[in-house]
Amino acid sequence: MGGPAQQPREGEKAALPETTCLPADITVALAGNANVGKSATMNQLTGAGQETGNWPGKTVECAGGVLLHNGFLIRITDLPGIYSLSTFSAEEQASREFILTNKPDIVVNIVDASSLERNLFFTLQLLELHIPFIIALNQMDLAAKKGIRIDGEKLSGLLGVPVIPTVAIHGKGIAELSDAIVTLAREKTPPRVIPYGREVEDRIAKIAALIPEGAGNEDRRAAAIRLLERGSADLPGPGDSRADIAAAVRQYSAELERMHGEPAAIVLSGERYHAAERIVREVMDIRPPAPDDIPLSDRLDRIALHPALGYLLVLLVLGGLLFWTFIVGGEISRILTAFLESVAPAPPFVAGSAPEILATGAWTGLVAAVTLIVPYVLPFYLFLSIIEDSGYLTRISVMLDRLMHRFGLHGKAIIPLILGFGCTVPACLSCRILESSRQKLIAAFLTTLIPCSARTVVILGVVAAFVSIWWALALYAFDILLIVILGRIAFRAVPGEPVGLIMEMPEYHVPSGSVVLSQTWSRTKSLVWIVLPAYIIGGIAISLAYSAGLLDPINAALYPITVLLLGLPAITGVVFVFGIVRKEITVLTLATLFGTTVFSTVLSPVQLIVFGIVTMIYTPCISTIGVFVKEFGWKKALFVTAAETGLAIALGALAFRLLSLVM
Amino acid sequence: MASEQLEEYLEAIYDIGEKDGTAKTSSIARCLNVAPASVTEALQNLSGKGYVKYEPYKGATLTEQGRELAESVKRRHRLLEVFLSDVLNVKGETVHDEACKMEHTISDDTASALCKMLQAPSRCPHGSLISPCNREVTDCVSCLAGEPEPAEPRGEPIRPVSDLEPGQGGTIAFIRGDGNVVQRLSDLGLTVKTGISLVRKTPMDGPVEIAVRRTKLAIDRAIADNIFVTSAPVKT
Repeated sequence: MGGPAQQPREGEKAALPETTCLPADITVALAGNANVGKSATMNQLTGAGQETGNWPGKTVECAGGVLLHNGFLIRITDLPGIYSLSTFSAEEQASREFILTNKPDIVVNIVDASSLERNLFFTLQLLELHIPFIIALNQMDLAAKKGIRIDGEKLSGLLGVPVIPTVAIHGKGIAELSDAIVTLAREKTPPRVIPYGREVEDRIAKIAALIPEGAGNEDRRAAAIRLLERGSADLPGPGDSRADIAAAVRQYSAELERMHGEPAAIVLSGERYHAAERIVREVMDIRPPAPDDIPLSDRLDRIALHPALGYLLVLLVLGGLLFWTFIVGGEISRILTAFLESVAPAPPFVAGSAPEILATGAWTGLVAAVTLIVPYVLPFYLFLSIIEDSGYLTRISVMLDRLMHRFGLHGKAIIPLILGFGCTVPACLSCRILESSRQKLIAAFLTTLIPCSARTVVILGVVAAFVSIWWALALYAFDILLIVILGRIAFRAVPGEPVGLIMEMPEYHVPSGSVVLSQTWSRTKSLVWIVLPAYIIGGIAISLAYSAGLLDPINAALYPITVLLLGLPAITGVVFVFGIVRKEITVLTLATLFGTTVFSTVLSPVQLIVFGIVTMIYTPCISTIGVFVKEFGWKKALFVTAAETGLAIALGALAFRLLSLVM
Repeated sequence: MASEQLEEYLEAIYDIGEKDGTAKTSSIARCLNVAPASVTEALQNLSGKGYVKYEPYKGATLTEQGRELAESVKRRHRLLEVFLSDVLNVKGETVHDEACKMEHTISDDTASALCKMLQAPSRCPHGSLISPCNREVTDCVSCLAGEPEPAEPRGEPIRPVSDLEPGQGGTIAFIRGDGNVVQRLSDLGLTVKTGISLVRKTPMDGPVEIAVRRTKLAIDRAIADNIFVTSAPVKT
């Protein structure tokens, strides 16, 4: 890693968590390391469809939920899983700021009992803030299996903080946790101060003494530690005291650096770990089961991370995921479509009175959304959640880490890319799990090119059905190749240094039904909120355009592209325009406009293939563009849309000319 | 024997030794493009100075003293290569060839100044790991901030955690890189003097899995290359 790799990334905005403005009696923030069962605890507390999974760092945006306990309305915010409250990432800063600015009544610190020492580092940082908090000692069952016993009461006594043992995925200890929240919200007892080494503590006290009472929103010792860590004095307050503080901070951090040969921030990290080690020695007792008994997780990893078997397994699992989804999904889709059509026909074009147009348009949109989400996307995310919750997904990212380096990404980026095969919208959103803004942009760009289930429907319905399955597979392979090439180009074009992978490796476990279901639902939910309305509005818009007689002018305007460049019939112009709303509607529109579902009678094989290529690559759908704008701004969204559309036309035109020679 | 020639021999034995264990006279002769007879003579000379262990007909291996010198020459060589290619934009074979000549003439102080100027690089342009300096430091932060490096030499030999065998462990002694790298690692519990062990390496130079403070982490190989442990085997 070179020097600039870890420079603070400017211009990166960490969205401060939005809170629902419901009046609540008690506000609570859940905080802790990634992958300690934070989201599972959230699920148990609020029953909301909160996304969880065996995936470090997955809660990418703070989500809220509400719990009614003993007559108190408790609003809970789930903060991102972070390892520190220092300044490394945007998420860490956002979490710290949330705690200090929004001032939740209680912070619940979820701690993984099986790796107490590492987790206590974060706990000690919370403790420094001197705000009332509760420790939920989670995954007690896993710890017990490893022969680890923790004296919760002793821990509570040492830190001056209530400690509640929990097994969140089974709902154990949740009632006690809720009770503790209510009690502590009334008492507001701050934790004890755990003193660090003398030479550090003296300097903290001297800086704290200079800080005027009530100068900021944080405790004076907490402010002093933060200033010492950063070596600067960005403190609100009167100007003259600020200069004194700045001088003191500079002097003391330089002194610490001279004494330890390390910057003050690292000295403080070291102090926290010393304290954590000390506490762990007092409260933890380990009796490892049998020394030569190789844990199951290790045995599984011998296969999962094997140079040959490991890659084979990745291929099998990912291939199986796609196969299961699209073969089984195709069948369910047919049955479902037939059923819904029997309830009421869903023609994309209707003429008639305005209410009739609106109603039919909305119904068509609804049918299209249901027949896409239920058979394809839902099973896909269910399968993926199982892989994820079991812990295998982290192994896939380790195995594919090297490959991702070629695009300036690392192993974690595999998750948005896999999600993209289901639907681009949640895939694009999930790029937030990546560290730098550069990685987020490259990964999001690539997800817009991944053949999502809607595009797969087009390729299956047009190319596989009427040319051959091999051509459909060839188009798929071509798309993947294109992703590799464009990924390499994006890697060079987007400035920034690569950030290497550092990821926790959770142990494997049998996926929990409730976690898998709630995760599947929460992913599909983002689709229901964003995609379903787009489909319904799109359906109405298409019907309106038709009845307003806009089809012919659109076709005429696009004639140079569709007919002259791509060699397609003129009526495909309107098909492509409607495809911006939802890609798979192109199949339906085509059928209606031609008055037949047997496309081979109206289009030549070359035309079918060209149509498939263009639909696959041209503009991301309107929902994706919306998410892209939200995440990266107008300019980048516009650029990606224009570039992909231009590329699709160029490749389509090229394919038309080349294939006409041989077919 | 001129010091330049001596260093060239030690480097050759070091390189061959990395691959084959023992450096045979014939291999050394081929490597340095000299007659086998002069190699034999030189090896006897080096053996007399305590740099190599030489057994006729079998070959030569470096002693601790020889190894130290060879590594310091290698370090100078690779730092010079980074300087030539990244700063002066010299390309092609010239980089290696000229570094080969310059490596014998620059002092330790110049080498450490180069290291600071280049922000403590971890690899040469050809991808070989640059060994850390031999000063008693735990990270590069104060060095990079322009402060003079401590004079005491490092007490124990250290090596990157990515160099360990699965199951082997050690104590973190030095983390190479700027403050941000060190901070990111220390937040995850990878602080100096912490016991750490290598669980496994993943294929294709992928991330290495390490165990630290009862958790397992997958860490990019390039980051793991910069975490140095004392070789004293510690079972964690």
